[in-house]
Amino acid sequence: MSTVKFLKKHEERCTGCGTCMRTCSTTFFKTDDPGRSCISINPSQQGFAISVCDQRCRLCIAECPVQAITVSAQGTVLVNRKICVGCLACVAVCPIGAMKHQPPDAGPFKCIACGACARKCPENAIEIAVEEAQE
Amino acid sequence: MSRETPAAGNGDLVAGHALLAGFRYETRPVVRGYNDRVLCVDVGTLEISEKPVPGEMKAKFTGGKGYGMRLLWDAVKPETKWNDPENEIVIGMGPVCGNTNYPGSGKSLVVSLSPLTGVPIDCNVGGYFGPYLKFSGFDALELRGRAKSDVIVYISGNEGTVQILEAGDESQDSHLLAENMVEIFARDEKDRQHVSSVSAGSGAGNTLIGCLNFSFYDPRRKVARLKQAGRGGIGTVFRDKRIKAVVVRYEGLSSSSNNPADLPVIQKTGLKLHREIIAHDDEQCRMREIGTAHLVEVMNDYDLLPTHNFKFGSHPDAGKIDSHHFSAMVTHGLPDGCWFGCTLACAKAADGFELTTGPYKGSKVTVDGPEYETVAGCGSNIGILDARTVMEINFYCDTYGIDTISFGTLTAFCMECWEKGILNADRTGGLELTWGNSDAVLEMLHRMGRGEGFGLTAGQGVRRMKAIFAREYGADPKLLQDIGCECKGLEYSQYVSKESLAQQGGYSMALKGPQHDEAWLIFMDMVNNHIPTFEAKAEALYYFPMFRTWFGLQGLCKLPWNDIEPADNAGTSEPAKVPEHVQNYVDIFNAVTGRSIDKDELIRQSARVYNFQKVLCLRMGRGRRADDRPPYRMMGPVTVEEYESRAERYDKQLLEQVGFDPSGRTSEEKLEALRKYREDRYEKLLDAVYKRKGWTPAGIPKVETLKDLGIDYPEVVEVVKALGG
Repeated sequence: MSTVKFLKKHEERCTGCGTCMRTCSTTFFKTDDPGRSCISINPSQQGFAISVCDQRCRLCIAECPVQAITVSAQGTVLVNRKICVGCLACVAVCPIGAMKHQPPDAGPFKCIACGACARKCPENAIEIAVEEAQE
Repeated sequence: MSRETPAAGNGDLVAGHALLAGFRYETRPVVRGYNDRVLCVDVGTLEISEKPVPGEMKAKFTGGKGYGMRLLWDAVKPETKWNDPENEIVIGMGPVCGNTNYPGSGKSLVVSLSPLTGVPIDCNVGGYFGPYLKFSGFDALELRGRAKSDVIVYISGNEGTVQILEAGDESQDSHLLAENMVEIFARDEKDRQHVSSVSAGSGAGNTLIGCLNFSFYDPRRKVARLKQAGRGGIGTVFRDKRIKAVVVRYEGLSSSSNNPADLPVIQKTGLKLHREIIAHDDEQCRMREIGTAHLVEVMNDYDLLPTHNFKFGSHPDAGKIDSHHFSAMVTHGLPDGCWFGCTLACAKAADGFELTTGPYKGSKVTVDGPEYETVAGCGSNIGILDARTVMEINFYCDTYGIDTISFGTLTAFCMECWEKGILNADRTGGLELTWGNSDAVLEMLHRMGRGEGFGLTAGQGVRRMKAIFAREYGADPKLLQDIGCECKGLEYSQYVSKESLAQQGGYSMALKGPQHDEAWLIFMDMVNNHIPTFEAKAEALYYFPMFRTWFGLQGLCKLPWNDIEPADNAGTSEPAKVPEHVQNYVDIFNAVTGRSIDKDELIRQSARVYNFQKVLCLRMGRGRRADDRPPYRMMGPVTVEEYESRAERYDKQLLEQVGFDPSGRTSEEKLEALRKYREDRYEKLLDAVYKRKGWTPAGIPKVETLKDLGIDYPEVVEVVKALGG
């Protein structure tokens, strides 16, 4: 049975402090820029909505013309930048805006469930989880 | 550049092909969408060279088809025939071609003197060849000469080498040959997507309706798929030159391969269109589901689906070949773009399709398509109302290198000739060409593949068949002219134009012959009545051919222009133009090239090339007013049978439009009155359109028009002056 490794959300705990976004963008892009964070926090009626890839829907994988998007052994969806031709079809097809792009970057980026943000979240509103994949 | 033997190719398989000539060139990046050089390969003399693109050519001809026309003019003389070695096949791309962000950006434009028409034909074709050739270092490829025996031209785009190789014993048929080229020139499985070939199958060499197959390797299906440069017989020219395949290998594609002036604009504009497609395609054209075949039921509903050689516009059993039957046959859920980043993804394919006839009977193959034109031409127009048979015809046409549109239209003509007793089993070698006889149609197609019997006759196309049937069988030339659906020598594509005067003009004034890529005005004209006057029709027949020509200058596909529309398009001032998408095109052109054109300059870019192409047709002795007149079948009912099938419509028109009371008249009398009226209106349309285009009533561009466009070159002016322009 394969598994999915993903960032599990507890939105009711989120205070919207933005620590996760800062952590993500400084970890991967060496800049404090919410536009370069794989995770997004937005106000909602209930408080805050956490938007990040659930690693399950995989529409992006089906859309990629060069098979640059694959699932790792741990069950996370990865973009191989060496293969990617930067068409951004995956960005358009993602139903929750979790495949991201910042012009003029060559290609997209997304959450790989590394857990850096979860470790820094002061409210434990996000955590790394591993569950069985539903085929 | 020195002429030297390049390093060995990509393994033993290449080594098995004797090297006849080699050429090394300096690789360098594309600059703002241009290489500013052209690759020339003469397969007869085995000379390979490169030449710079002069600034004047770049400024006036833009790229793609514009470059093709300019280079072809320089290559041929007024007396050049299609099968003279000096006739060229030019494959041009264009500055926007090859970007990976804006859907539909991977097109190649192929230009040559057509075997069917004697004038330039141009085809807009997908597949990876053109963009890979561009990123290998060239804005266009000129193929000329005639080889002594079959050759393969190989361009190794990363190494900067071009080779002419002796062809081996590979099958000529494209579904096998394209696979073979990938096998030979790809270094490993992952490399296969970096190789693309151009080929033409066995039928291309046996007929005048040969097409070219441009390949694109599909890593999921693990097969080299094919897109066609279909119209006008360029595949026939290719085989006459004894070129077996032209292959390019290039790796390293990225969104910045064009080195555009402003990549973020291209990315944002492309992403906007991707999102529009993902959000609205399901409710608009279903291109992602079944491609252009979605049109079958639409055309049938509007009485526009050609049926029995364009006699009728619908068929009671058309539901048997509607898009849902094909949707059930193709594989879904795959990214079916013929170039990277095309989310419109109309290049559908059926996998594991088991063939029931011909040399590959019993094989399970991947069939690309069918597109609407193929379903209509090889379905309803010849009375075949069986989706599976249409698929089989589609497969064999493609692999034999035969244009499905010409095949459909010429087969329909043959069937009507059979119906009228002009053809019989003695004359067809036993083929019973009755409406819907699948076995006979497929056998005729296989005879084209084998180069046998009536397959050779039919493969000459409708215009030559008309002459043969009149000469050999005593058929009435006037009847043949009325029912033979060709203009300028090219077979019509698959829409019934009887009830749209503007579309009759759109078809028959098209420079290359009656293909709908210059103008498709039926809904504007017939359904919505948005262009009721001659002047309004003329304006549409000016604007749309110019606008659509622009796709061919850039290496773009037409489909993402109006086969997907913004949600608010209907509320704009000119919905038929899709204003937001026109602005997208202006934006991406400027973003690639660093220029700052507007939508008016876009039209002027096209108008230069369009008028130049027109003068090239005149230089080749065609393109006069008489060449722009359709056969009457495309204008109205030729026979009593047709008239009576839509009697209520025609009677009403006679009464209300013609001022002819049909009551008590015979069908023959009514036919004649309607015909006189329609033919007269067509002449008035020609007058209005020529005037709008800045041409004389004889259809000759005026010198002042050429001057205004900046293409009043002495050799161009000389042609029109001699004709009163």
